[in-house]
Amino acid sequence: MTTGQTLLKTNALTKRFGGLVAIDALDLDVKERSIHSIIGPNGAGKTTVFNCIMNFFPIEGGEIRLSEERIDNMTPDRVAFRGVGRTYQNIRLFKNMSSIENILVGMHMHLKSRWWGAVLRSRHSRADEKKAVEEATRLLQYVGLRGKGDVLARNLPYGDQRKLEIARALAMKPKLLMLDEPTAGMNPSESLEMVGFIRGLRDQLGITILLIEHHMPVVMGMSDTVTVLDHGTKISEGPPDHVKRDKKVIEAYLGQSGVGHMA
Amino acid sequence: MSFEIIASSFQHKDIEQSQLRRTLKCGAIGGGTVVALCVFGLINQFMERWIIENLLSLAHAAFIGITLTVGALIAIRSPKLSPAARIFQGFLVGMVSGVFLSILILIMATFDIRNMFVSLSPKLLMFLSYGFDPYTACAVTIIVGGVLGLIGAAIRESPPWLRKPLITGLATAFFIGLFAELLQLAMQYETVDPIRDYMFTWEGQTLTGAITMFVLGFVLSLFWVMRGKQVMANHRAKSHASQRSIRYFLYAIAIVLFLLFPMAAGSFFGQVLMLVGLYVLMGMGLNLEVGLAGLLDLGFVAFFATGAYTIALFTADNEHLILLIDRPLTWWEALPLAMFASLMMGLAFGIPVLKVRGDYLAVATMGLGEIIRVVVLSDMASPLLGGSQGLLHIPRPWIGDFELNDPIHLFYLTLISSIIAAYFAWALENSRLGRAWMAIREDEDVGQALGINLVNVKLLAYGLGAWFAGLAGAIFAVMLGSIFPHSFQLLISINILALIIVGGIGSLPGVVVGALMLIGTPELLREFGEYRFLAYGFVLIVMMRVKPLGLWPSAVRKRELAAAAEAEAQMRATSGQKA
Repeated sequence: MTTGQTLLKTNALTKRFGGLVAIDALDLDVKERSIHSIIGPNGAGKTTVFNCIMNFFPIEGGEIRLSEERIDNMTPDRVAFRGVGRTYQNIRLFKNMSSIENILVGMHMHLKSRWWGAVLRSRHSRADEKKAVEEATRLLQYVGLRGKGDVLARNLPYGDQRKLEIARALAMKPKLLMLDEPTAGMNPSESLEMVGFIRGLRDQLGITILLIEHHMPVVMGMSDTVTVLDHGTKISEGPPDHVKRDKKVIEAYLGQSGVGHMA
Repeated sequence: MSFEIIASSFQHKDIEQSQLRRTLKCGAIGGGTVVALCVFGLINQFMERWIIENLLSLAHAAFIGITLTVGALIAIRSPKLSPAARIFQGFLVGMVSGVFLSILILIMATFDIRNMFVSLSPKLLMFLSYGFDPYTACAVTIIVGGVLGLIGAAIRESPPWLRKPLITGLATAFFIGLFAELLQLAMQYETVDPIRDYMFTWEGQTLTGAITMFVLGFVLSLFWVMRGKQVMANHRAKSHASQRSIRYFLYAIAIVLFLLFPMAAGSFFGQVLMLVGLYVLMGMGLNLEVGLAGLLDLGFVAFFATGAYTIALFTADNEHLILLIDRPLTWWEALPLAMFASLMMGLAFGIPVLKVRGDYLAVATMGLGEIIRVVVLSDMASPLLGGSQGLLHIPRPWIGDFELNDPIHLFYLTLISSIIAAYFAWALENSRLGRAWMAIREDEDVGQALGINLVNVKLLAYGLGAWFAGLAGAIFAVMLGSIFPHSFQLLISINILALIIVGGIGSLPGVVVGALMLIGTPELLREFGEYRFLAYGFVLIVMMRVKPLGLWPSAVRKRELAAAAEAEAQMRATSGQKA
């Protein structure tokens, strides 16, 4: 399944914060139409990887390529334009905007309407807007938020906020969707539902998924490839079964003494 | 959970504050305010201004109003007492206020402290003591204070059908009296002469006029309290179509009255309205920046200046004139140039501060705005821009053979411009660009990660905002006929920002309300000179405490507030259960 072409590739990606090395020469190879997970203990630098790919801050070394094109020198909006969408660990919706407005912002770069069009209410601009609202409504329905379009994002329950954030990212029509702990704070049955949903994204929409996750059942259940980070370094990589048995991984998670127990 | 218990225990304590302490506190608020008014010299000014001719001066009205208010305040703050006890508390509070004033009277009678406090004059002492000797005066002050406090609390405790009409009636009579002179100026027509003579003399409102106004306010308010619900219910019972036609009819009347008012009211009102209109126009522009895009801008006056100077350079017949064709341009021809120049200034302004956020942005833009003013003043630019001598002889605009030379004409010009600006803001708010602005206001990083080009949308916010400021500047230039760098002080930027905040950030009606409040009212109260700025600052502080969302919050902000209140109520309910 993971025999496709490489979509995202990092070569010796390095990020330092002052003296702290957050990511140390990381090589990642995310295949097209795969579900690729990044796991690791707290502070391993997982979210930093996302921030580097999105180019929220400059990297200190290495390169990031999306479909062969270098994206590490682009501003975040241009990275987004190349087809990278993401969600955030601590949900970052536009809280004072309604659900549908959140999604419409996600569609920003696909909308053609210009400001003078909006002011003059040109036919083209109105048609564009109408189409956008229809599509946003469809997206809401797709993620299971039917009828909640006018609710302010801040007033949505937690689970719905997660879904809305994914919907907002999907509105960008991304090639690569980076999900930062999509099942955080969910109970097992909700997590399971999320797993099905994420698979659907890949199978139905053909989106490549890069995932940060803590719930091991979620990770092991759906990933094609798992990368394990510890202190900014890759300590293991491969299919879930391989990673699960890797001594280094167990050590990183449970410490030296845990190794015996697991084995 | 432990947090909730702590939070609820605080609320508990708040209610259990001792009654004595509460009474003293309210009394101190009233007494302190009154004493402060005396010390700052406001009372000296107020003495000269009759609300009711030869009977009640503004100074009296201030004393009475403040004491009534604290009387009502203690009644509100003592929910656990019986109504009678609350009214008695009002009496006590009034007396405490009276004690404060008495102490001032005694001090003034005993010591001469005029070298420190110029305002504490013998005249003021005469006024405060009603000609009695100091000790009698103190006794009278305290007793009168008590009675007023009692009345205040009693009004508060009376049923709504009495309370609301009373307050409305008093307020009507007060405001008519306060603005007696302006109203008379507006009533210079023979047809209304009898009404004017009945209501006013040139000294102020007559007693009969005041009583008439009180009765009028009382009756109208009483009608509304008694029958208002039914009227509304009847209205709602009607079909949608007829409801709508009634609404449009009322709108139409309001609009016609509004349009005719400045013409009827004379040129002083016209001038004030014109100024308010200019600020509304600039407020609409700044609202795009601050309200929608969240870009705090304290250098806004620079765009205003650019518009004004461009008009001056292309139309004014003086040595600084720039000829594009063989004659000076007319105002209408120069207007697009002015707006374009402002737009360009907006872009030029935006570029250096693109990466600056929040409070830092406010400081950076403030610096930029000042740079513009200093450059205009400098020797370097003075051959072109006239330096501190400014640019003179700016001709008025013409429509055909009709010269727009009256402030009222220019007011209509501003009005039309403001409506266009408001339409712009309204149309953009629900567009792709408006949503992008709101998104970066909420979370710039996330917005950018969703593909919003920050450079474009920010520059558009600066550019379009500046555009309207340029339009306002163009009108300003012809209003004054000459412009000087001193007209473009930092204070203007601050004023515009303040009026947006007072009106309610992001709200279009709020801009109008804010401008009327902060620009219109001080103009009408011009005779109080410096004191109006004291009041201005005071009003700002009170406003932000009482209505932090502004006088007319935007729908979004209202939703936010409602959500927050709901959450708080919920938290209280749960913590109550647990306790």
